[in-house]
Amino acid sequence: MSMELRSGVPEGPIAQKWDAYRNEMKLVNPANKRRHTVLVVGSGLAGASAAASLAELGYQVKCFCFQDSPRRAHSIAAQGGINAAKNYQNDGDSIWRLFYDTVKGGDFRSREANVYRLAQLSVNIIDQCVAQGVPFAREYGGLLANRSFGGAQVSRTFYARGQTGQQLLLGAYQALERGVSTGRLTMHPRTEMLDLVLVNGVARGIVTRNLVTGIVESHAADAVVLATGGYGNVFYLSTNAKGSNCTAIWRAYKRGAAFANPCYTQIHPTCIPQSGEHQSKLTLMSESLRNDGRVWVPKKAGDSRPPNQIPPAERDYYLERKYPSFGNLSPRDIASRAAKEVCDAGLGVGPNGLGVYLDFADAIARLGEQTIRERYGNLFEMYERITDENPYRVPMRIYPAVHYTMGGLWVDYSLMSTVPGLHVAGEANFSDHGANRLGASALMQGLADGYFIIPYTISNYLASHRLDPVDASHPAFREAETGVAARTRRLLAIDGTRTVDSFHRELGKVMWNDCGMARNAAGLQRALAKIPEIRAEFWRNVNVPGSDAELNQALEKAGRVADFLELGELICRDALQRTESCGAHFREESQTPDGEALRDDAHFAYVSAWMYQGDDTPPRLEKEPLSFENVHLAQRSYK
Amino acid sequence: MKFRLKVWRQAGPGAAGAFATYEARDISADMSFLEMIDVVNEGLIEQGQEPIAFDHDCREGICGSCSMMINGCAHGPEKGTATCQLFMRHFTDGQDICIEPWRAKAFPVIKDLVVDRSAFDRIIAAGGFITAPTGGARDANAILIAKSAADDAMDAAACIGCGACVAACPNGSASLFTGAKISHLGLLPQGQSERDRRVLAMVGQMDAEGFGACTWHGECHEACPKEISLDTIARMNHDYARAAWRTRE
Amino acid sequence: MSARDASGRIVRFWRSTVGKKMVMAVTGLIMVAFVVVHMIGNLQIFEGAVRLNDYSHFLHHTINELLWLLRIILLVSVVLHIVAAIQLTRLDRAARPQGYAMRRSQAATVSSRSMRWGGVALALFIVFHLLHLTTGTIQPVPFTDGNVYANMIGGFRVWWVTLIYILGMIALGLHLYHGDWSSIRTLGINRPRAEPLRRPVAATIAIVVWAGFTLVPLAIYFGLVR
Ligand SMILES: Cc1cc2nc3c(=O)[nH]c(=O)nc-3n(C[C@H](O)[C@H](O)[C@H](O)COP(=O)(O)OP(=O)(O)OC[C@H]3O[C@@H](n4cnc5c(N)ncnc54)[C@H](O)[C@@H]3O)c2cc1C
Ligand code: HEM
Ligand code: HEM
Ligand code: SF4
Ligand code: F3S
Ligand code: FES
Repeated sequence: MSMELRSGVPEGPIAQKWDAYRNEMKLVNPANKRRHTVLVVGSGLAGASAAASLAELGYQVKCFCFQDSPRRAHSIAAQGGINAAKNYQNDGDSIWRLFYDTVKGGDFRSREANVYRLAQLSVNIIDQCVAQGVPFAREYGGLLANRSFGGAQVSRTFYARGQTGQQLLLGAYQALERGVSTGRLTMHPRTEMLDLVLVNGVARGIVTRNLVTGIVESHAADAVVLATGGYGNVFYLSTNAKGSNCTAIWRAYKRGAAFANPCYTQIHPTCIPQSGEHQSKLTLMSESLRNDGRVWVPKKAGDSRPPNQIPPAERDYYLERKYPSFGNLSPRDIASRAAKEVCDAGLGVGPNGLGVYLDFADAIARLGEQTIRERYGNLFEMYERITDENPYRVPMRIYPAVHYTMGGLWVDYSLMSTVPGLHVAGEANFSDHGANRLGASALMQGLADGYFIIPYTISNYLASHRLDPVDASHPAFREAETGVAARTRRLLAIDGTRTVDSFHRELGKVMWNDCGMARNAAGLQRALAKIPEIRAEFWRNVNVPGSDAELNQALEKAGRVADFLELGELICRDALQRTESCGAHFREESQTPDGEALRDDAHFAYVSAWMYQGDDTPPRLEKEPLSFENVHLAQRSYK
Repeated sequence: MKFRLKVWRQAGPGAAGAFATYEARDISADMSFLEMIDVVNEGLIEQGQEPIAFDHDCREGICGSCSMMINGCAHGPEKGTATCQLFMRHFTDGQDICIEPWRAKAFPVIKDLVVDRSAFDRIIAAGGFITAPTGGARDANAILIAKSAADDAMDAAACIGCGACVAACPNGSASLFTGAKISHLGLLPQGQSERDRRVLAMVGQMDAEGFGACTWHGECHEACPKEISLDTIARMNHDYARAAWRTRE
Repeated sequence: MSARDASGRIVRFWRSTVGKKMVMAVTGLIMVAFVVVHMIGNLQIFEGAVRLNDYSHFLHHTINELLWLLRIILLVSVVLHIVAAIQLTRLDRAARPQGYAMRRSQAATVSSRSMRWGGVALALFIVFHLLHLTTGTIQPVPFTDGNVYANMIGGFRVWWVTLIYILGMIALGLHLYHGDWSSIRTLGINRPRAEPLRRPVAATIAIVVWAGFTLVPLAIYFGLVR
């Protein structure tokens, strides 16, 4: 049986759709709000802002995170900035232009209506954050400063030094703690969601494990919001935090939520190259560096001279050469692939030849070291700390790394998944970035979802559904709890010989080699054969010491990697099915004569949404057709 | 490189802990301190022993999870560096390294090197915010903020809530953490209306959590990965005195 | 502001660690002011017996009431200062029930670390000092009321008396070096730019006071003043 994916986009011209939704939505009587409990899993930008805003409205909110404090969610690591169509710089920006850039940047694989709403709300986000005391960079006159960011020709990015994500998150976190002080919001840190609970096909709660005591517990509610971030760690090495995982959305997927576009993985062009096998994660160097840094490699392969001794004539500034109009600011997927090309051609620099130069010599000559220090000081320090090289003197070495996952749980216009009552926000959903995300737009999306969309759509959901009372004693919760406890015991009982990390690394290598920056049928087939083998050995031979009644980090990892071992397979399956190239998904079989991604709108202008069918049956592919009424489909060109 | 690690092991909150000694072999100078411990842990697991528990997440020096007393210094000897950004090239081959958890009454040990820092969240919940309910904000440029004020606020706002200040302070004082937030919000025009009640509430909570008082040893600033200035503490005191004078009990 | 309200505010202030610390700063500074004046007074010994005894006479008779007022202020300061010191010290100790096996200090100075024991030493010194030169209870040499000069000359000829004073002054110097600097910050009078200046200023005050006091017993002991 096939089910239709109803996007629920309101009728009417695109600019009025969100107003139409808000005008028609049902409201919850203020007196009844406190009778409704909403669970928010995740305390990042999306989760914290949603939890805080829902509590302000008067709902009883429970928020969960696996870190010891909500303030540590990985949004904290975002450096570069957040986009908003304020047009404060008077450089021709507008809601429409932000909308268009985002749809185009996503290579026409996102839902127009959602993206337009995102562009509209971007404006309110900045106002909200400033009101909360987020110390955005300012001009001497006291007005807000902007910078331009990858993939955009206008200057619409707001930033707080190199710590934009941190400052935005602290704003949301403080609003969240304020909610705690009002008693309407309870925060559950060091708590991991391990299952979603449905009662009569409707999401009514979750099962969690207290990471300190190991106690498995049920939480019943009237609605559930997942804001659990991205799953880039399926590649083992990524710019994500060590704890970032797919467990929450994967559990939801297995409970019936469709998983959309799993194969759309963003590879960020400017990361510090890997220095060895021991590497536990990769560090991003904010894209904003490309505003002043010039990317180049030596013209002749194996040129071992130190960079400063290579004369300009013998350098290939390949981005400026191939994409004159965008140059060093060309979008991430383009820049990453270009770097891969030159390195594959043997022109790469650094110990293992996997790196290109990001050179600030010209900028320093032009603007002076002080200006550069003001703009990127902390990034330069971080780079020097890690590589022991001083980027004020020698060019940085950078290489692409897994950074962001555009895919996630499928959601309709109201951010509700295919499971009624289960809403998904932030990086965890698939919504707005299509096949490739533009820089500085994820923070925007997380906050738009959390501050301005979820509070409305949850109210509408609660007001328009009769939900009979359910509490944690319901058999559905018992069943889920037993399942969770059993799985934990099973992991502890295997008592094999290999560490969890060794499996994670092995999976990561397969994913990077066969489902990374460039993909082809043969490689994907290979991966699809290999991953089940790794998974089988994991369940036979992993070693998880300790017990389940205490803080047990090995056990936490094991549960997450077990899920990655299943998700990895779905990612490859999705990549294999999409024989076109689009955005970050580059199928070698489908490229233009000059090696650019070649889309196939005739056959692939859809969202692929995968439905779980059981562990031994392959998942079912559903398709949400994408129609573009406002932008016309064009072959993306940044030349 | 190789090192001899003396690590605090403690089974649980109540349990009595003790030091255990481990050899860290074939460590590369490019490894971060946490990657060095990863290696040790992999070894321990392979020998069927329990790995050393420690908090960590971003490994970029921004989330504030990592927290270790390394050879008697919070986050190790390097200035302005969190443990995860401390690299082994700063140690000498064959060196002994002593690793302990943060120690403070308000930061009880949960396991090994993992401590409970929720006291910090409660200090923020007490008043470390600007009340700006979603939706009520006016245009962001309607509030002019001098670059200098924005910069000073940002300096204080850079705090990552790691707790090294408490760990390093001979008095177990949370003054630098609390002062940093009070300064961040108090320096901005948006933060003025709640300035008095904020400082009274936050200092009150800080005391209630059982942190010590500041006697100006300055250890906190030395240990702070974000090099938060001691002036934030002076600012807190100044604001407190004024608020205590102006606000009825 | 009603009386109840006022007392409420005062109690809240005193109960908070920040408030208590400020009380210490203020009382401390009052005492600093006193010791500076006191030191200058003492130095008159170099101008001979008459001058010093006149000064003492002036204090004790001419402005007797004022002297009592000052004594009360001082007494209150010392008491508040000590009570706060004891309470805060208790609190600070309790804040770290278990110490570190290995601790490498990165900023704290001898002076900042010695505030507490140094304070106790000062307390003991002051008691001894009052019994010696004010009440004359301790009499290394027969005590003649009113003849400060004689009492001092007599006292400081005795080696252990002088020694006690020398040690007392070292405690004072250290206490002031940290105290002068930190009290300003405790009171939140912070102009970041002035920061580099503060330490030297504190050092100067400490050294001057220390030297100014120590000079007297030494000079007498080595017979420079008879
Ligand atoms: C290094 C880096 C730099 C970036 N820079 C930028 C930038 O400059 N501009 C931009 O727009 N975007 C940037 N991004 C992307 C952006 O930061 C993220 O996409 C966004 O912050 C995700 O926010 P989120 O709220 O969806 O998830 P997160 O912030 O990742 O939060 C996830 C939350 O879910 C919780 N959680 C996860 N799993 C579970 C579970 N099973 N149970 C309970 N809780 C769980 C976590 O504890 C956490 O609280 C960057 C990303 C990275 C990694
Ligand atoms: C070498 C150092 C010092 C000398 C020679 C000295 C000398 C004296 C003398 C002679 C008196 C009696 C004055 C009188 O009765 O007319 C006196 C009183 C006193 N001194 Fe000192 N003093 C010294 C240091 C100090 C210090 C360091 C303190 C405090 C920290 C101090 C506190 C006092 C006090 C409180 C009195 C009592 C004043 C009164 O009568 O109320 N003295 N001192
Ligand atoms: C009488 C016994 C005394 C005791 C027990 C005592 C004890 C202390 C203690 C424990 C501190 C706190 C250390 C700190 O906060 O840095 C302190 C601070 C201070 N003391 Fe004393 N002290 C005494 C006498 C004095 C005297 C005689 C003076 C001045 C002459 C003085 C001046 C100060 C100052 C200025 C401070 C700094 C306060 C601050 O940092 O805010 N004290 N004292
Ligand atoms: S002030 Fe510094 S040391 Fe203290 S919590 Fe903040 S960042 Fe950590
Ligand atoms: S070390 Fe402690 S005493 Fe004050 S200056 Fe820092 S809090
Ligand atoms: S792990 Fe995030 S700061 Fe060290």
